[in-house]
Amino acid sequence: MINLKINGLPVSVEEGTTLLEAAKFLGFPIPTLCFMEGLLPYGACRLCVVEIGDGPKAKLVSSCTYRVEPGLNVRTASSRVIKARKMIIELLLATCPQSKVIQDLASAHGVHQQRFRQEHDDCILCGLCVRMCEQQMMAKAIGFQGRGEKRSLGTPFNIKSDTCRLCGGCIYVCPACQLRCTYNQPEKTVCNGCANLTPPCLEKEKFDDMMCYMEPCVACEIKNDKK
Amino acid sequence: MEKIKSIEDFKLLQEMLIFGRDTNIPTLVISAGTCGQASGANDIIRVAKRELINEELTNKINLRITGCQGFCQMEPSILVEPDGTFYPRVNINNMKRIIKAIAQGKVLEDLFFVDPETEKPIAKQNDIPFFKNQVRTILSRNEKVDPIRIYNYIENNGYSSLRKVFEKGDRTWIIEEAKISGLRGRGGAGFPTGLKWEMLANQPNGKGKFLVCNADEGDPGAYMDRSVLEGNPHSIIEGMIIGAYATGANQGVIYVRNEYPLAIKHLIIALRQAHELGVLGENILGTGFSFDIKLVRGAGAFVCGEETALMRSIEGQIGEPHQRPPFPTQKGINGKPTAINNVETWANIPAVIEKGAKDFAKIGTKNSSGTKIFSLVGKVKYTGLVEVPMGITIGEIVNDIGGGSDSNAKIKAVQTGGPSGGCIPAKMFDLPIDYDSLAQAGSIMGSGGMIVMDEHTCMVDVAKYFTNFLKDESCGKCFSCRKGTQRMWEILDDISNGKGTITQLELLDELAQVVKDTTMCGLGQTAPNPVLSTLRYFRDEYVEHINNKRCPAGVCKELITYSINENCTGCQLCIKSCSENAISGKKKERHVIDPAKCIKCGVCKSICKSDAVVVK
Repeated sequence: MINLKINGLPVSVEEGTTLLEAAKFLGFPIPTLCFMEGLLPYGACRLCVVEIGDGPKAKLVSSCTYRVEPGLNVRTASSRVIKARKMIIELLLATCPQSKVIQDLASAHGVHQQRFRQEHDDCILCGLCVRMCEQQMMAKAIGFQGRGEKRSLGTPFNIKSDTCRLCGGCIYVCPACQLRCTYNQPEKTVCNGCANLTPPCLEKEKFDDMMCYMEPCVACEIKNDKK
Repeated sequence: MEKIKSIEDFKLLQEMLIFGRDTNIPTLVISAGTCGQASGANDIIRVAKRELINEELTNKINLRITGCQGFCQMEPSILVEPDGTFYPRVNINNMKRIIKAIAQGKVLEDLFFVDPETEKPIAKQNDIPFFKNQVRTILSRNEKVDPIRIYNYIENNGYSSLRKVFEKGDRTWIIEEAKISGLRGRGGAGFPTGLKWEMLANQPNGKGKFLVCNADEGDPGAYMDRSVLEGNPHSIIEGMIIGAYATGANQGVIYVRNEYPLAIKHLIIALRQAHELGVLGENILGTGFSFDIKLVRGAGAFVCGEETALMRSIEGQIGEPHQRPPFPTQKGINGKPTAINNVETWANIPAVIEKGAKDFAKIGTKNSSGTKIFSLVGKVKYTGLVEVPMGITIGEIVNDIGGGSDSNAKIKAVQTGGPSGGCIPAKMFDLPIDYDSLAQAGSIMGSGGMIVMDEHTCMVDVAKYFTNFLKDESCGKCFSCRKGTQRMWEILDDISNGKGTITQLELLDELAQVVKDTTMCGLGQTAPNPVLSTLRYFRDEYVEHINNKRCPAGVCKELITYSINENCTGCQLCIKSCSENAISGKKKERHVIDPAKCIKCGVCKSICKSDAVVVK
């Protein structure tokens, strides 16, 4: 058993436990995006970072991949951690604003705006689909290609795959594509304070004070002109 | 080549080679590293060989082709031993004269290097300020050794450190020596080598241990490792065998970037010759110790210089770093304990054993011992590779060795450590160079790149250039690094195009801090360094771009205009050279540049003989 401190509380866990699991055990909430029970942790989204160590050598590490060490001093919500999480959520919103998962994260952490140029990608390259396909569905039909800006997902050489069994596991776990809010009843579209209305916006008057992360579309334009 | 089967036989071979040298006849040394070959050394060699044969001088003058010796600005260069006469920037047409002079024991004063400060010619290499102010522990061996002749290496005391280690037969002694010497990793992070080896040695044997030489050298502008790989590959092989004996490793890998064809060629030859001679492979020199080295070529990814990504690349997987712990010495290639060291670190090992650790530690500072090779490039008079003791100040390197600015413009800053490093302004040039003081100033030692910048270098453009490089080279796994470098570049692009705002500047600072904090590997953690260090020391340049839409250095294309002033003599030279037909004017009349057509390529400015083109 390894003894360490999380947010000042002593905890004793088995060797090989990750900081994320230990924090969950104590009830400390840590946001995650690319983590899923049943899949090996990857550490791509960087949302689960926590601060470890003391003094000038203190650093942030992803809690999903870092295993417990004796005597570790972990802080899950220090100011450095909060700042980092907010900025990462801003970056996420700037890339993939229509994902309900990301919008929920934004409202849960008090992020109401993003200050970058708006993009509308439908993939944040979190790797959940790749790991699902390889580790749970035992197919390994898709994988990462390229690096940096040109990193993408696909089958080898982007041709139709023989090993893909069309199980839909990749779509099931995807935070960006599957969980897109598609309710057509405006009352039900409001969740956790975020409005996710598919354009053209329906009955925008009701949701006048909501933050809309999408590019102004025709419906907004018409409404503004009316004013 | 006959295989040597015992340490005694090796000793005999070495003594025979050393005493068999004819020190009476002069040696013509031509440096033909990549820089030399690019400057025409191959033609010089061809003509030299032809002359020696035609004039029947082949047994009166030795010819030695070596790797890079460091004074790259003056390539192709010739050194004459044993006098030490140095002929810079040799012209083929002078070769006949030079060879005749060597045969007659004379020197050619009109071909000497001329010191611009004193305007006096200097005959000997060691008197030239560029060389005099260095401490060339490693680079000096390059001029003595023909890299594709192993006997040449042995003749110059090569593999005698290996012999010393075998004769002593004590593995722990080697690790102690490494620790006492204070040698720190020359790849940039500066981890104590002795400690790393101790960690590897303490891992249980029997699983198979790896030793890796990181020859991926990816920093733009840095080519120190290239000179050692091309010019003295056996020093690396010797270092690795010593390291393997100390730590119990039985398999070695040299991971070399594919973009170094000459280095790869010389390494393949060196490994083969080492095998044939019996200093590498099974039962080395009859001691019963076996160690082999495999060559693995990179595939063009900067991130594969990061040690965990490098290991994945050697295994054949995509080059993605992973979190440490577990460290490579615990779980490395194929899960086996692995120690990875930089080329220059390995090249230092024979010197540590030969000199003795205590003497080695006498050079340099208390916490950073030994010498370091820097690639001094940019706006200095003398660019090239310089080897200096740790603790020397930046100003000494730039001025005493580099000769100061190469034009009338004042030197503004020095960028160290490549894209992971930062800029240090001229007012801090009395900072000593060692791992700790550079880190405190906001930069890093890195692998040794040192780029000198003057007032015509725009610091925003520098930050943008390095961020662009890192944005392309990021592996892309960590969201904060992949998106963070992209967004930092976007903001820098806006600023350099005159579209930036002050709030964007604050956002840039905030974003840079988060990328530094949250990314998993060294690439992402140091990616914001160019931005953060230029913001720290040159914030006024950023503000000038934003508030006044002006680039003080005259670099950012959207913010500058080219015009012609009254110095113009109307010679029409620029009109003829402008690819866009943007300049107009009659003969003997002041010419005019049309800003709408001008693409700011700078050709008119460089071709104008009256210095009439103004960039604002």
